Amino acid sequence: MAGKTLYDKLWDAHLIKQNDDGSSVLYIDRHVLHEVTSPQAFEGLRLAGRSPWRLDTNIATPDHNISTDREERDAGVSGIPDEISRIQVKTLDDNCDHFGIKEFKMNEMGQGIVHVMGPELGATMPGMTVVCGDSHTATHGALACLAHGIGTSEVEHVLATQCLVTKKMKNMRVTVNGEVGHGVTPKDIVLAVIGKIGTAGGNGHAIEFAGSVFRDMSIEGRMTVCNMAIEAGARVGMVAVDEKTIRYCEGRQFVPKGDLWNQAVTYWKTLVSDDDAEFDSEIEMHAEDIAPQVTWGTSPEMVAPVTAIVPDPKDQPEGDRRKGMIRALEYMGLKSGMPITSIVVDRVFIGSCTNSRIEDMREAAIVANGRQVASTVKQVLIVPGSQMVKAQAEAEGLDKIFIQAGMDWREPGCSMCLAMNADKLGAGEHCASTSNRNFEGRQGNGGRTHLMSPAMAAAAAVAGHIVDVRPWLSEGEAR
Amino acid sequence: MKAFTQHRGLVGPMDRANVDTDMIIPKQFLKSIKRSGFGPNLFDELRYLDQGEPGQDCSDRPLNPDFPLNEPRYKGASILLARKNFGCGSSREHAPWALEDYGFKAVIAPSYADIFYNNCFKNGVLPVILSENEVDELFQELASDEGYHLNIDLAAQTVTTDSGKIFSFELDEFRKECLLSGLDEIGLTLTSSDLIKEYEIEREKQHPWVFGAIK
Repeated sequence: MAGKTLYDKLWDAHLIKQNDDGSSVLYIDRHVLHEVTSPQAFEGLRLAGRSPWRLDTNIATPDHNISTDREERDAGVSGIPDEISRIQVKTLDDNCDHFGIKEFKMNEMGQGIVHVMGPELGATMPGMTVVCGDSHTATHGALACLAHGIGTSEVEHVLATQCLVTKKMKNMRVTVNGEVGHGVTPKDIVLAVIGKIGTAGGNGHAIEFAGSVFRDMSIEGRMTVCNMAIEAGARVGMVAVDEKTIRYCEGRQFVPKGDLWNQAVTYWKTLVSDDDAEFDSEIEMHAEDIAPQVTWGTSPEMVAPVTAIVPDPKDQPEGDRRKGMIRALEYMGLKSGMPITSIVVDRVFIGSCTNSRIEDMREAAIVANGRQVASTVKQVLIVPGSQMVKAQAEAEGLDKIFIQAGMDWREPGCSMCLAMNADKLGAGEHCASTSNRNFEGRQGNGGRTHLMSPAMAAAAAVAGHIVDVRPWLSEGEAR
Repeated sequence: MKAFTQHRGLVGPMDRANVDTDMIIPKQFLKSIKRSGFGPNLFDELRYLDQGEPGQDCSDRPLNPDFPLNEPRYKGASILLARKNFGCGSSREHAPWALEDYGFKAVIAPSYADIFYNNCFKNGVLPVILSENEVDELFQELASDEGYHLNIDLAAQTVTTDSGKIFSFELDEFRKECLLSGLDEIGLTLTSSDLIKEYEIEREKQHPWVFGAIK
């Protein structure tokens, strides 16, 4: 019999019951909540007279809907200007207080984007099942967790039963080997993967990222990669445990100490796919082929190397794909054949659950250091992913580098990734963004998003247009 | 949970691939703490010419004349005919809430994003999967037939045209049963409470660090 994949092992360790048709009751170890997808779930609990099955599994924080402006944040929840947003953030506070759920409130140390907060506090650990009412929950898979997004009905289900009713996915392995080029970052690697397999390529699958590129990558880099598994259609992305995983976890707030730590580490070391494990589907890529990536369209699969030109739909066979490209180019206001580097940017956003960790801040700061934002760029938002990232960046003086370059240093939250708060694009504006989705209207009605790495976004801010950052980085500076 | 058994309804088109959840219900409407009232903002950015805000009366907003669902012939549509990878992107259940509140009882497409597909079942909206060729055929029939209706029978797992063509579709037995009976899934899982508790006792012996850390 073939060995088990990492996903098989995680699944088996949490399986409570399996029905004949494959639908299964799966135990959930960690449930992360935020203000947008939880209010209706708490309301459902109340209406049914139910209470949470286990309190010590839940952890909550507001992130999607909060202001990143210092003055507005200082005014507290009651100072949130938009009434509907204020009610939603207050509702999370009230629900957590009422049910006794641990919440890191808006201005508390520990608060942050859910997928930055969980790992940095050690609330997510290897071997756990982790769910959250947010599709980017796959991020936590960087720590060899089985982590994925759920809908609000399932948030209520997990609160009430500590379980999900779900079906096992198929196994996909994405292997990238080889030497990563200078100035090529984890974001570029994952965008290239999405470009290859497409936005629906991973539907129905759990992806394990394997090969020397991911083994050599930092844990934060792996988070960037797993975060975007969903943009390839896969709810789950993960990387096996290695020494880096264990070192990352050690000493974090909710991680065990002493004997318990040793026990945990012994178990965690088993969280790798067996050598003879079989995958339902295998993708292989070579790092040497991957340059810094930029999206030109309205789906993350519409991506190209920065050295390329905007593609021509006529090169595609007739069908949905060609139609999609024509529509995307019209929406983006781009012409086939123009160099990617000729795209002028109006705003720049460096942040989001994809790229707002300390390594991302450092990567952007290296480029911003001693340079100035182009006069044609209206705004450059630098939004750290959490209070802890913000404090660390300030301790390293990164905030000063950004401010001196003419960039806005903001308070932690989701910000312009999805533009639920005041941080948004105007119609027709192009944005160099380190977020995860370039859908129509995602960053503001009519806004035009170009996804890229923090280094590339910082360089675009300085140049005023998309630019290949590689010549800007001396050897040893890039990650 | 709402039940779905059979439905006969007017068909409306959404003729593009990879329709994402931001398109189905834009982010500004996610600020609501309710489950209802999203229908007027379904496909908001495609449907209206102005920018929609939560709490706004949509009845006098300027409609986009180029958006098919705004055409009088599709008024009252309750079956959405769509293309592949429908519902990709975020996990927001507001997407099926908006479809349901608008009046859609079912979607027919060649494929769906996983989370969206799952969310539909929780809200009595049936996501039917037919092959790309079959969906193409339905789009062609819809284009040439004003007042085009389809008949969906969940128990029989069929979509039937008024001319008598029958298309069969597959879905999980468990999901089908839940939808047919409008089952309270939480109540159902809670009937396994003893199993869950046994699991927890055993698991806590093996992996004690998973328990009690967050206070």
